[in-house]
Amino acid sequence: MKAVVVQFPGSNCDRDMAVALEKSGADVTIVWHKDAALPSGVDLVAIPGGFSFGDYLRCGAIAANSPICNAVVDHANAGGYVLGVCNGFQILTETGLLPGALLRNAGLKYICRTVGLKIETSNSAYTEGYNAGSEIGVPIAHHDGNYFADDATIAALQGEGRVAFTYTDNPNGSRGDIAGILSENRRVLGMMPHPERAFEDAHGNTDGQRLFAGLMAQLASA
Amino acid sequence: MKARVHVMLKDGVLDPQGAAVKHALGALGFDGVDGVRQGKVIELDLADGATEAQVGEMCEKLLANTVIESYRIEVL
Repeated sequence: MKAVVVQFPGSNCDRDMAVALEKSGADVTIVWHKDAALPSGVDLVAIPGGFSFGDYLRCGAIAANSPICNAVVDHANAGGYVLGVCNGFQILTETGLLPGALLRNAGLKYICRTVGLKIETSNSAYTEGYNAGSEIGVPIAHHDGNYFADDATIAALQGEGRVAFTYTDNPNGSRGDIAGILSENRRVLGMMPHPERAFEDAHGNTDGQRLFAGLMAQLASA
Repeated sequence: MKARVHVMLKDGVLDPQGAAVKHALGALGFDGVDGVRQGKVIELDLADGATEAQVGEMCEKLLANTVIESYRIEVL
């Protein structure tokens, strides 16, 4: 399984993401935002957390218009897998690959702690390792994680089983307690919590491991 | 040509920063404030020949996120 981690100026979870993917068995390359193309034969593009371009204008807005993001959009439109975590989720909404937007947290504070997540669907490569309805703990670290979309979009996401994760105790005001959503073809996942920070024993929590393991299993067999 | 772009959160989109400013004004004794919405202003210094339509395109593509924000262009 060939994975790429995209690095923007201000990304700060790129190495953690690369380590989690490598330890899960992926062949990982880090690509720079100015690259106009992805390496050939890439299965998964991971867009890591951080503060790309200093969050100037809006979180993810400048990154979404960088050369590499055109290639990421093409990859997704061709049926490729894309995982966006935290700032990566914000970037994916800005590119239009995922609906909605991430607003400032309702309580205005930057929140950095482990939160409870409910697995809403096991019908995706990312969540097939979990039982739908089960709960896991994954860290969040964000100032703008308050998921917003209009009523019709929220209803569609819920109706089509495209809400991957919800918060068990909503920390940021997200509509429908939404913590992560899938694209229509279920191959693009955006989520605010950081599974790569709940990956190995040294993290004190390995609840995120199964997300990567599921992805590996699905992509290895593809 | 100069243009000024006003970007505001759409009605119905929660504005926690505006709410915090309203609260702070209340704490200072300004009781007559029923609501505060916070937005941003972007000033563009444009080359000759630039058009308002081009500024509109800039807003759609980058300056505003029309999922949550509305914009208004003022040509100066």
